[in-house]
Amino acid sequence: MIVELGHYALVLAFALTLVQCVLPLWGALSGDDRLMAVAPPVSVMLFVLVLISFVALTVAYLNSDFSVLNVLQNSHSAKPLIYKFTGVWGNHEGSMLLWVLILVFFGALVGFFGGNLPKDLKAATLSVQAWVSAGFILFLLATSNPFERVVNPPLEGADLNPILQDIGLAIHPPLLYVGYVGFSITFSFAVAALLLGRTDAAWARWVRPWTLLAWCFLTLGIAMGSYWAYYELGWGGWWFWDPVENASFMPWIAGTALLHSAIVMEKREALKIWTVLLAIFTFSLSLLGTFLVRSGVLTSVHAFATDPARGVFILVLLCIFIGGSLSLYAWRAPMLKQGGLFAPISREGGLVLNNLFLTAACAAVFVGTLYPLALDAITGEKISVGAPFFNLTFGPLMVPLLMAIPFGPVLSWKRGDLHAASQRLYAAFGLALLFALVTFWLWGMEKVLAPMGVGLAVWVMAGAVSEIVTRVKFFEIGPKRGFARLVGLPGSAWGTVVAHFGVGVTVLGIVTASAFQEERIETMRPGDSVELSGYEVTFDGAAPRRGPNYTEEVGHFTIRKAGAYVADLDPSKRVYTARQMPTTEAGIHTTGFSQLYLSLGESRGDGAVDVRVYYKPLITLIWIGCVIMSLGAVFSMADRRLRVGAPKPAARRKAVQTAAAE
Amino acid sequence: MTRKQRRLTLIGSAGAVLAIALGLILFALNDQIVFFQSPTDITQNTMPAGQRIRLGGLVEEGSVEKSDNAQVNFRVTDMANAVAVTYKGILPDLFREGQGVVTEGVIGPDGVFVADSVLAKHDENYMPKEVAEALKDQGHWQGGEGEAN
Repeated sequence: MIVELGHYALVLAFALTLVQCVLPLWGALSGDDRLMAVAPPVSVMLFVLVLISFVALTVAYLNSDFSVLNVLQNSHSAKPLIYKFTGVWGNHEGSMLLWVLILVFFGALVGFFGGNLPKDLKAATLSVQAWVSAGFILFLLATSNPFERVVNPPLEGADLNPILQDIGLAIHPPLLYVGYVGFSITFSFAVAALLLGRTDAAWARWVRPWTLLAWCFLTLGIAMGSYWAYYELGWGGWWFWDPVENASFMPWIAGTALLHSAIVMEKREALKIWTVLLAIFTFSLSLLGTFLVRSGVLTSVHAFATDPARGVFILVLLCIFIGGSLSLYAWRAPMLKQGGLFAPISREGGLVLNNLFLTAACAAVFVGTLYPLALDAITGEKISVGAPFFNLTFGPLMVPLLMAIPFGPVLSWKRGDLHAASQRLYAAFGLALLFALVTFWLWGMEKVLAPMGVGLAVWVMAGAVSEIVTRVKFFEIGPKRGFARLVGLPGSAWGTVVAHFGVGVTVLGIVTASAFQEERIETMRPGDSVELSGYEVTFDGAAPRRGPNYTEEVGHFTIRKAGAYVADLDPSKRVYTARQMPTTEAGIHTTGFSQLYLSLGESRGDGAVDVRVYYKPLITLIWIGCVIMSLGAVFSMADRRLRVGAPKPAARRKAVQTAAAE
Repeated sequence: MTRKQRRLTLIGSAGAVLAIALGLILFALNDQIVFFQSPTDITQNTMPAGQRIRLGGLVEEGSVEKSDNAQVNFRVTDMANAVAVTYKGILPDLFREGQGVVTEGVIGPDGVFVADSVLAKHDENYMPKEVAEALKDQGHWQGGEGEAN
């Protein structure tokens, strides 16, 4: 009964999106207030309906209702409760339902909090959001109905893919989806602006916080996915340039460009047309990612059981939304007024440079991800584009960008002075050089790129800090007043510092973990030891153990450093009973920011087992840096200026207008 | 600077960055891509030595030999031809005899394929797509469509 209710709510939601697609937009174009007033309550109602539907599916999972096909195929009564819950989105249908839930949630947020938006912009935005929602709800109903029943339900389900039976499933997909789907709002804003033929101050002020919100979650989602793959797959790698990873990385790069160009648009009313295009591109890349991951053109843990009809359906949606919005752009963009001139060396110029490199890098990832698919489709030739391609293209494009990061915030708007800006960065440059030289002195010619990488990372971190320190003249006015001024800085200034610092931290983690990693692969018998980076890893033996829905062979290892006990590690090899599927559970010991990583191979019968031991210096900085970056986004969002309902002072608005009119 | 000069600077720098990106992409596509080959392709063609390839097929029944130092030797077959592979490392969880596998590496001078990565799959009934198609080419594909996911 509850399941049917959920299904019915979803059908009702589809009918409502159709209303929402037409009426408010019609109202916005014809200036009819009553039609526009339809949008906010309907957007909230849509969210409630999809939520009912999602809760219904969740209830079916928690009750292990195997008469529902989706539950039967992806759950098991012996599965721990948390995985019954997270298993709701551990399959194609349920994850698409979560996708749609977040989509309508964002619509409801705009409907609920959009009180100070111009009425027509709000109505048009919600209409566009409803088009996207209608497409995906129809996709669910027509090709991936999670509420399908089975006539003669068996007593036991097929269980969830064991790799997904991890706390990561509770965190990674929801975070990633809020990020991915969050860009739909900026997309809807952009398309609405094109439909109405104008981008005013309110538009500019609204785009940035939404971009920041989506970007913040996407950053966390990608970082979480990376850490999950790192500890769950047992390969010890944190990024594989796998097409599925790239699918989430491309919207992230485009979103990063977007949130920088939105600053220029907000402060200087320049780059409007470009920002609108970026907003369209960013969500288009999110849609492309959904297509790549869900259509089955790629083989990965994310591509659940596939059905050609689904791929075609998403491809059609993709063509309609991307093709439609780009044609609209080509037609209407020339109508948008350009404002705000600036010299090449200026804050705006720096942000344009950022956008150039990010777009180029995004294009490189795009080519590397889609070229093999295109080649296969056209010629049937099978190739693979792996890490070397991306390291060779993405890497070199990031280096100049990283070098330029500290300059951006110290340049002034409109016309900057590179010489004066550099003077504020001397200390940062000195520090970076020092770290590079020390690294070189310690390792010498053996690792030539490492000192440059370390220097670059320190340069980015120190550059971020020195920007605010010199901005408040911390050392000139003394620490007491200095601190007071630091606290008084606007949230967006802190956001920049924190986010850029986070970039440096991540880069440092990447450089050290790649350059100084040590790895040993050995066949070990009980009592054997291996030495690695000063640690002594002893294999004490293996023993079987039973879990709730798996059995495992646990290896016991003792870690010592210079004879002194450090830790016990218990990596294991599990076999999940229902699917008879083996998985590897790595044993990880964290010291400071570094990790010792153990994973087991198959045991060889005579008590010997293949063991892979890694020492990964400072590897956790990679993910810590991402968390710091998203913290930066939080600071920026907390800025008073962006807070909903905080109008721009009239005097400043006038100043901006006269500046723009020059 | 005049308006025109500013615009030219902008377009010029955009062009320069895009040209660099394009150059890098073309260079890397020329050099860093890896071709997928079945055992039959390898026995028939003579690939230049040292060329990286992806070899895909089934792990031949009874061919897996493990030795100390985590060294593994096995043969990858498409039921028509087979290629000997050697690999040092931990095999993926789902590596089994008679199952599909994709390995990446280079062919050594002795004709043995030295793999530096071995991929099985994330799911127990998943067959790497390339392998499924290579097997179909050899007429040895018995699985239903459902197995190709």
